[in-house]
Amino acid sequence: MASTTTANGVAEKKRNGLLAIAQARWLWIVLAVLALLPIIGGKTGLISNYTFLQLSLMIVYSIAVLGLILLTGFNGQISLGHGAFFAVGAYTAAILIDRFNWPFWTTLPLAAITCFIAGYLFGLPALRLEGHYLALATFALAVAVPQILKYRHFETFTNGVQGINIFKADPPFGLPLSGDQWMYLVVLAIAILMFWIARNLLDSRTGRAMRAIRDHSMAAGTMGINVAHYKAVTFGISALYTGIAGALHAVIFEFVAPDSFRFELSIAILVGAVVGGIASLPGAVIGGVFVQVIEKYADALTKKITAAVHLPIDLEPWTIYGIALIVLMYTMPMGIAGGAYLLWRRLKGS
Amino acid sequence: MGAVLEVQGLKAFYGQTQALHGVSFALEPGGITTLLGANGAGKTTTLRSICSMVRTEGSIRFDGTDIAGRPTEDIVRLGVGHVPEGRGTFTDLSVEENLRVAAYTRTDKGATRRDLDMVFEYFPILKQRLTQQAGTLSGGEQQMLAISRALMLGPRLMLLDEPSFGLAPLIVQEIFRIMRRINAEAKVSMLLVEQNAALALELADHAYVLETGRVVMSGKSSVVKSDEAIRKSYLGY
Amino acid sequence: MEQLVQQIASGLANGAIYACLALALVMIFVSTDHINFAQGEMAMFSAYLAWQLLQWGVNFWIALPLVAFGSFLVGVGIERVILRPLHSAPVLSIVVVFIGLLTIFHSLAGAIWSHTIKDFPSPFPRVTFAGSGYIGPHQIGMIVVTIMLLLALFAFFRFTPLGLAMRAAAQNPASARLAGVRVDWMLALGWGLAAAIGAVAGTIVAPVVYLEPNMMASILLYGFASALVGGISSPGGAVAGGFIVGVLENLIAYFGNLLEKASGVYLIGNGEKLSVALIIVITVLTLRPAGLFGHVSVKRV
Repeated sequence: MASTTTANGVAEKKRNGLLAIAQARWLWIVLAVLALLPIIGGKTGLISNYTFLQLSLMIVYSIAVLGLILLTGFNGQISLGHGAFFAVGAYTAAILIDRFNWPFWTTLPLAAITCFIAGYLFGLPALRLEGHYLALATFALAVAVPQILKYRHFETFTNGVQGINIFKADPPFGLPLSGDQWMYLVVLAIAILMFWIARNLLDSRTGRAMRAIRDHSMAAGTMGINVAHYKAVTFGISALYTGIAGALHAVIFEFVAPDSFRFELSIAILVGAVVGGIASLPGAVIGGVFVQVIEKYADALTKKITAAVHLPIDLEPWTIYGIALIVLMYTMPMGIAGGAYLLWRRLKGS
Repeated sequence: MGAVLEVQGLKAFYGQTQALHGVSFALEPGGITTLLGANGAGKTTTLRSICSMVRTEGSIRFDGTDIAGRPTEDIVRLGVGHVPEGRGTFTDLSVEENLRVAAYTRTDKGATRRDLDMVFEYFPILKQRLTQQAGTLSGGEQQMLAISRALMLGPRLMLLDEPSFGLAPLIVQEIFRIMRRINAEAKVSMLLVEQNAALALELADHAYVLETGRVVMSGKSSVVKSDEAIRKSYLGY
Repeated sequence: MEQLVQQIASGLANGAIYACLALALVMIFVSTDHINFAQGEMAMFSAYLAWQLLQWGVNFWIALPLVAFGSFLVGVGIERVILRPLHSAPVLSIVVVFIGLLTIFHSLAGAIWSHTIKDFPSPFPRVTFAGSGYIGPHQIGMIVVTIMLLLALFAFFRFTPLGLAMRAAAQNPASARLAGVRVDWMLALGWGLAAAIGAVAGTIVAPVVYLEPNMMASILLYGFASALVGGISSPGGAVAGGFIVGVLENLIAYFGNLLEKASGVYLIGNGEKLSVALIIVITVLTLRPAGLFGHVSVKRV
């Protein structure tokens, strides 16, 4: 029944019985459709393997963005360096598959644990940092990541600059699915599980503690919440989520290399979170879709804009993102999810 | 001669909280007026409202000019010197730099020089400590510096917010003596906010008493001083 | 021994650039409490502008002040138009805006001038002289230009009324307003100056690192490390921090090389410079956030 407020004063969804049921049913329908897509689309040839690949990537980025949202939107810790955890997850999976021949699905729990530890360890010194200082520390992390990955002493595992190639697993039990369709179902299942866990986490005492720390950490401390513990654990969980996304991404892309994880990746995840809705679970989905859509269609979109405005130069996508980011902070700081929710409330006349 | 400061129906807000509920008063030029009242009565808020440091509604006129809602720095440039609560010292700057900043807006070098000499005449200790970092000055010296900064603007009206706060009685007496001199010699009207009502009534010509954001009584300070009923119910002594 | 002196000399030259960037960062931080994540890309963009002027035949020593002035105007514009309206927005929003600026400057440079690496001619004469073995003419030039810039800034802030007003506005905006100082414009000027300083730094480092949109990313990280080491609230500290970090960076690589030569063990070398910067950043933030010369403000509830 709780109606809590986010840092920007937008009330999160109220949960009364009727609304919950209505939402739940709506959600189940959507999930069912998504799950049946390979059968509907694949058999009839309506949806290509390439589309399934795109959808898989959207879901993967949603998980990555969800990780950041848990940390920043719900716990108030700003991270400009989540690409680092994406990389840790990706490399963990790649190394286990390539060097030790683990089947890919067994690498996920290990990637999760590794990333949790990495996030927790980074969260410890970061405990006293807030706002700009934390952003600074994570910025430094993001910039240094490719170099760290190229460190000579890691080369036996990471294969240095050349990166690691891995091969996608075939669907098990001889199911009549293509590789891309199979991965799509796997990623979808994992995403549903992780979002479900996140929802329960946020509704639990831990979630309330996280939000209390976000809203006023000093007051939370005086109320008996172990701020240090929750902040570090949240960092770990957040890294875990983004790390699993990284691992899945590695399996889908079948390749990891240090320069795949440059600063731009961290910004992309941040952009997704901000555009989708920094303190909103549906926002994570929107954000993930946004990141993938932009990656794919940015060039075409930018060319259209450049032509429409008759610019003498070839505008690049990131210029548009940058402008969009700034405009968004003025008009819709809570992202598309936040804006949609405000609109819904206004229409309801509440 | 028109009032140097005229406030009508002044309301002031800190966010959603209303602190002043329609304060009205007028200051005759050349005099010293004091605002009295208990903690939280709205005295400091009134001074802040005049300088547009809080959100206000209502009319504020300085020398006939409407100043309500204008930016603080513009109001100050019109000739209102505000000696804030807590002195507002630039602690990392030297005494000299503190004074120079206050003279930043003045264009007449000669007048500025004369005012600086005047300040040193009132507060010779400041001349001695000219190159010292202002944050290392004692409380009394910082108060003198704060008054001097306001003087360096060449103001026609000075607002003083609890100048006696945290200072030893001897120092307070000296500062109040100098304030009387400034009022008489430099012809600067003063609006004084003070917790210490007895002290303020000694200095001021006229008094207004505030209670929870409203003026509840006003009169010549000689009258207020001698009226035991008023003193007991509003001023606590 | 020769190599050590060389490393220290070149460390000082690099340090000069870090000092400029750190100073720009500190100026904005002290007056607005924001960290300008876009500082590096702004400096890079200014370097490209300078390059363009050079392509059009303008003399370097005319192009440099022109670009610095242009960057100054852009800095003022950014503060007044983009940042001022958001001054009470949550920290995340402001950080996002800085990231937005970062990406705009970065990609705009690439769009206008392409991403291919360009040669940036050094304005300093290629002469050999007594100490040539230890330090090159351009490196000396970097140090000299930086020191002149810093002296000019010091004089400006210390001896001019406007400089004093800016310092007052940064230290105590409320009191500054009561002195009649237009604090909002002082903040904008601070931004303008920071942008101009960054422009100078970017332009004189371009001949060393070659002109391309990514050139300032790692330098910015070193600028952050320098500002933190020196004290992010202290302009003098920032400058000291820059030179310290510049020399330290080279010394670490140097001793790493020595270690490798001596024992065959490779611990650290030129390839780890960014990691070193990261370690410096984390260490300072964790152990001594005020740096060497700064002070931490007490958090009021």
